[in-house]
Amino acid sequence: MDNRFEYLEHTADAKFRAYGKSLEEVFENAAFAMFNVMIDTSTVSTKISREIELNSEDMESLLFNWLSEILFVFEVESIVFAKFIVDKLEQDEDGCRLFARAVGEEINLSKHKFGTEVKAATYNGMMIEKMSGGWMIQATVDT
Amino acid sequence: MSEENESSVFNVLKRIDDNIWEVPIDYMPGMRVPGRIFVSEHLLSILEKETIDQVANVATLPGILKYSMAMPDAHLGYGFSIGGVAAFDKETGVISPGGVGFDINCGVRLIRTNLSENDVRPKLSTLLDDLFEAIPTGVGSKSRIRVSDAELDDIFVNGVQWAVDNGYGVKADVDNCESAGKIPGADPSKVSIKARKRGRPQLGTLGSGNHFLEVQYVDKIYDEEAASAFGLREGQITFMIHCGSRGAGHQICTDHLQVLTQASRKYNITLPDKQLACAPAQSPEAQDYFKAMLCAANYAWVNRHVIMHWTREVFEKTFAEEFGDLGMDLVYDVAHNIAKLEEHDVDGRKTEVYVHRKGATRAFAPGHPDLPEVYRTIGQPVIIPGSMGTASYVLRSTKESMDISFGSACHGAGRVMSRKSAKRDLQGEQIREELSLKGIQVRASQPSLIAEEAPEVYKSSSEVVDVVHELGIATKVARLLPMGVIKG
Repeated sequence: MDNRFEYLEHTADAKFRAYGKSLEEVFENAAFAMFNVMIDTSTVSTKISREIELNSEDMESLLFNWLSEILFVFEVESIVFAKFIVDKLEQDEDGCRLFARAVGEEINLSKHKFGTEVKAATYNGMMIEKMSGGWMIQATVDT
Repeated sequence: MSEENESSVFNVLKRIDDNIWEVPIDYMPGMRVPGRIFVSEHLLSILEKETIDQVANVATLPGILKYSMAMPDAHLGYGFSIGGVAAFDKETGVISPGGVGFDINCGVRLIRTNLSENDVRPKLSTLLDDLFEAIPTGVGSKSRIRVSDAELDDIFVNGVQWAVDNGYGVKADVDNCESAGKIPGADPSKVSIKARKRGRPQLGTLGSGNHFLEVQYVDKIYDEEAASAFGLREGQITFMIHCGSRGAGHQICTDHLQVLTQASRKYNITLPDKQLACAPAQSPEAQDYFKAMLCAANYAWVNRHVIMHWTREVFEKTFAEEFGDLGMDLVYDVAHNIAKLEEHDVDGRKTEVYVHRKGATRAFAPGHPDLPEVYRTIGQPVIIPGSMGTASYVLRSTKESMDISFGSACHGAGRVMSRKSAKRDLQGEQIREELSLKGIQVRASQPSLIAEEAPEVYKSSSEVVDVVHELGIATKVARLLPMGVIKG
């Protein structure tokens, strides 16, 4: 298993923990963990890039928005992603902002190996925690 | 299940009856009412303790009436447990997307035919191939139908009536659908552009996960009178559709969950789980969500309706007869992820309440004005799908359900094993083989999906239905066994 994330037991949905040296990196890895529920990302080439900019009141809603936004782009543009780059994550009295890119290619059913459809991100059991040597995110997505 | 689980679960609950267990009001700080879990001793022994916590969490929300309830198929969810039911006072209560879920109006519909098992067996393989071809399934699948924004508004507001007006199905399909396939009060202006973008290309798509289409036969009749009213007889072929509002519903929930998260703070509602975000029922935030949620609910009914229409076309082709001549009538369609404004008797007083059913089916008493005329005296058909390869059931509602569970019953078998464990421990191809030996053919976009949804990962549907029957909130009418299953 990848050291960027691990899946945890959950009866109905998909729960995971993602790790990263920085807040940016842990956000990247959380998106990567969620996408790996849906698709074997090793079957995806990195040809198309989509810029994503988000504002939220706090870090948890930013994470919820980030995961939701990727799902939205995937579904509406039929693009599967294999790489996430969070260029900047800011937090101040006005809230939190994220500047990122999601990289992948158009869905190709003969090439891509799909898993379980993720319906949505959730707040259930959500954690964004600083730990020794970096950050950990725990999240549950509805499948 | 481990002894540890048995001791912890049994120690905290108070047994009220054979199948009724109370979560005491002091189980968790802030509970306004007790919890009630409707399970047999055995089903309780395999219930996760966190599910009880989720029932207790719901009991802390303002304006909750009588009990926070969980149906026999309850298991761990997010916000509400799956199988969770709660009613909130229209004036003093709340509305919460956590009590509906992302897949708004996920539900099931049952279609009967006048075909017999022997008519279908020889053609089953071709029939399934053609159905798999005709109905878009799987992650990211898109429909043959592309609706404009104006049409989407029409669908959001008018539900199944839109479909019938546009050449899909017949009028009887409207009558035999819960809420006639259209809940009034839906307001498309509360639906975001994002939700519209997701909704436009997906009308008539099955999706993935636990959603399915199933060719079944009636293997047993328990209640001749009700079976006859529902048009069911032994040996008859039926068809079941299980899916919801697809991306439109997911996005509507996502959008409004963000608004209601802020609103919970604004109205000083203490949340034991952020996924229970809510607002006072009459606040603009809650009403906006409710009106958008109704759009998704109406969309979901059209989604199942369009799938039914294409299924009829495939049957017409396979059996070279018109669907009317094949007797392909809609028996009924029930929602199992929804919040509805309903009138219930609370402490002897007629009260308007927002009933949230998350993984629970409405089961209104015989005589209720909301039931279609054909079923009004016999009771509402309650359709309980089994897991892949196991029996599904049709039940009839009773007057007891109104008292015990705000007119609600279970919605399915309920998972016991995570998808993660299922994929680790079970092999999709092997399960396909085992099912095939039992005469059940499976079509799925991925073998791993067969493992994730294997019979072993669910509780026994018959055990769940038996509890509902013994409790008397709905009683058994017919058992349906699968012959062919299509999974996203």
